[in-house]
Amino acid sequence: MSEAMGSEAGVRAEVRAWLAENWDPALGLVEWRTRLAHSGWGMPTWPTRWYGREMPEAMVPVIEEEFDQAGAIGVARIGIRTLAAATILAHGTDLQKEKYLLRILTGEDTWCQLFSEPGSGSDVAGAVTRAEFQGNQWVVNGQKVWTTSAHKAHWGLLLARTNWDAPKHRGLSYFIIDMKQPGVSVSPLRQMNGFASFNQVFLTDAIVPPEMIVSTEGDGWTVTNTTLMHERRGADGLRAQPKGSDRPERIYGEERDEIAVALEPYRWYPSRAGRVDLVLPRAIETGAIHDPVVRQEVGKLLVMARCAEFTARRARAAKEQGKPQGPEGSLGKLAASVVARAAARVHTQITGAGALLAGPEAAAGGTVAEILLSVPAVSIAGGTDEIQRNIIAERVLGMPREPSEDTKKPFRDVPRNTVG
Amino acid sequence: MKFSFSAEQEAFRESLRGYLAERSPTKEVRRLMETEAGWEREGWARMNAEMGLAAVRIPEAYGGQGFGFSEQCIMLEEMGRVLLCAPFFASAVLAAGAILQAGTEAQKAALLPGIASGDVVGTLAWVEDSGRWDAEGTTLSAVRDGAGWRLDGHKSFVIDGHTADLIVVLGRTAAGLSLFTVDGAAVSRRAVQGIDPTRKLARLAFAGVPAALLGEDGGAAGPFGRVMTEAAVCLANEMVGGAERLREDALAYAKMRMQFGKVIAGFQSMKHKQADMLMEVELAKSAAYYAAAALDEGDADGAVAASIAKAAASEAYLQTAIHAVQIHGGIGFTWDNETHLWFKRAKASEVMLGDATLHRERMMQAMVEGA
Repeated sequence: MSEAMGSEAGVRAEVRAWLAENWDPALGLVEWRTRLAHSGWGMPTWPTRWYGREMPEAMVPVIEEEFDQAGAIGVARIGIRTLAAATILAHGTDLQKEKYLLRILTGEDTWCQLFSEPGSGSDVAGAVTRAEFQGNQWVVNGQKVWTTSAHKAHWGLLLARTNWDAPKHRGLSYFIIDMKQPGVSVSPLRQMNGFASFNQVFLTDAIVPPEMIVSTEGDGWTVTNTTLMHERRGADGLRAQPKGSDRPERIYGEERDEIAVALEPYRWYPSRAGRVDLVLPRAIETGAIHDPVVRQEVGKLLVMARCAEFTARRARAAKEQGKPQGPEGSLGKLAASVVARAAARVHTQITGAGALLAGPEAAAGGTVAEILLSVPAVSIAGGTDEIQRNIIAERVLGMPREPSEDTKKPFRDVPRNTVG
Repeated sequence: MKFSFSAEQEAFRESLRGYLAERSPTKEVRRLMETEAGWEREGWARMNAEMGLAAVRIPEAYGGQGFGFSEQCIMLEEMGRVLLCAPFFASAVLAAGAILQAGTEAQKAALLPGIASGDVVGTLAWVEDSGRWDAEGTTLSAVRDGAGWRLDGHKSFVIDGHTADLIVVLGRTAAGLSLFTVDGAAVSRRAVQGIDPTRKLARLAFAGVPAALLGEDGGAAGPFGRVMTEAAVCLANEMVGGAERLREDALAYAKMRMQFGKVIAGFQSMKHKQADMLMEVELAKSAAYYAAAALDEGDADGAVAASIAKAAASEAYLQTAIHAVQIHGGIGFTWDNETHLWFKRAKASEVMLGDATLHRERMMQAMVEGA
């Protein structure tokens, strides 16, 4: 690469020149992203051989600024496809990289994650979906759950058990499965708040060709942890939801549609987080702000929410400076959960008898009811609060690990749920 | 807004931590807390000679080092960790802050160099027996007497008030709230027994005590309010230092204490409690750091940030202290165990400058106009 490599001003000039030469809003979205992916500017930290430029993380904001400046659209980056790309990049074969990475970046393919099962929620490594090598292919049977966008996905990241005589974590393998095949059946899962944002996936003699195992047989837990690590990394609560540009050219419209489809399952997530932003306006609007008890409760919530926000910013600043992650980086999810529960309580106080109602006639057009019925998810999804506390205690505070009855013996001898 | 410390600041923290661990082990804290003064001139002079503690945030023009609140708050956090028995908060935060905010150029030049060197120990006396933390509760009166003033009334809960050389006093004149400086020796004063023996309090009686006006007659409300904002931020930073020390000590104890054939840190109830303690302390630290940076950057929301920091620190420190005693079990309730020293500082600091309830209300008043 050029002599400018390494200096911020050099990178800035280089990307600017490339955009001036190549960005063209008259192109179709896929056509543009194909060009972008091949240039390496779409994923600058990736290896040069695979659509990247091997640049340090610190250059990413610089490059993003130049894209914003030019109004240029980036590679597809929302949804599970990002986790798929990171996992394939880390563990995949060249064949897998060639087959999937470009179509992930162009947005042509969407992905889903097939980890959780009805019998294993917190204990993901307890998966009992079975993959057996029969003839010249893997045959998969089992049930997955909480699968976002499974009905739209082309490909799934599948965790399945391939060896029942090995201990729990060593009998798992990781596959890429074609979701558009007769052995895969998807049905929506209705939640207590009325939405159906996730799916159940039934796998009945579903087929995976032998070259679509990721890493080796028995190494599935390692690969799963790569995916989960990237999932946690993206969950610091500061990431702005992509909005897309409202410019008129067709390519922007295509991006807006893509974002709308990808974000549809997450419509109620702001409610799940407690809508702290609504608390003060509603307290003022209803007059509840004049009640000293409510004032204190609102105050408690706002103090906690601001502290959580400052902590997330501290963690982000440390990361950007290249410091090792301090304890502040591991607390975001637990703090968000505490804040959301407090917000639900305060919304109830502010709303009073009105909190009995749901739907369009209810407080704030039903938003308060939606908050009250969505908040219980926040301390469960993506690792329960109890699991988060264990992780913090063990990994940050160095306390003893939970005693495990199930990790030494063959998995077939481990007691497990009989339902599901 | 900056959200992290520079390499220089981290290095400063590290060297100060090492220094204070040496100068203020718990044994020394216990020795000084049994004295009526609560601190010693010799030790204070030595610390200022070696580390320039009191000078850090005083501008260079007045004999100080000219650093900001972020640096001063790093010092306070480290002092809070070791429960340093010294008049730093009274002198370098309260008295110096009041003089910087209210004093004329000549007064700053006359008064601050002594405080910066540590030779003069100052404090600020504003609260009275009513226990009101705001200026509204002020009844101490001041009348002109020739070129000077005379003060009549009393002040309560004055930090290091019985040992300070220079006392900045909030009083009322015909023109309104005003600040004065008085010679500590001219005041009738006595130490009061406090819940926290590591930070001494005094009650001061004024009967025609000669005083000099600090700044403008009737012009103290604004400067005093800003000093209170600064003090809340400084105290919050000191508090999170103490809270973190308690949390770490409780964790170390849990990893060592054996019951039912294993260390108690292996029980999930302990792990979850420790995780919650970490979260509470880290959240309060973030708010304290943010508030210090907001003061340095002259943020318009500085007072709100200060109240958030003080409210968060008040709850986190005390809660951590409660957990720490609980984790230690029976031994944690004994005098010989160290936990109670920090518990008492946590309780006193929770109340000092207004508790969490008061600061939440202040925050709400600032955020909601007319409500």
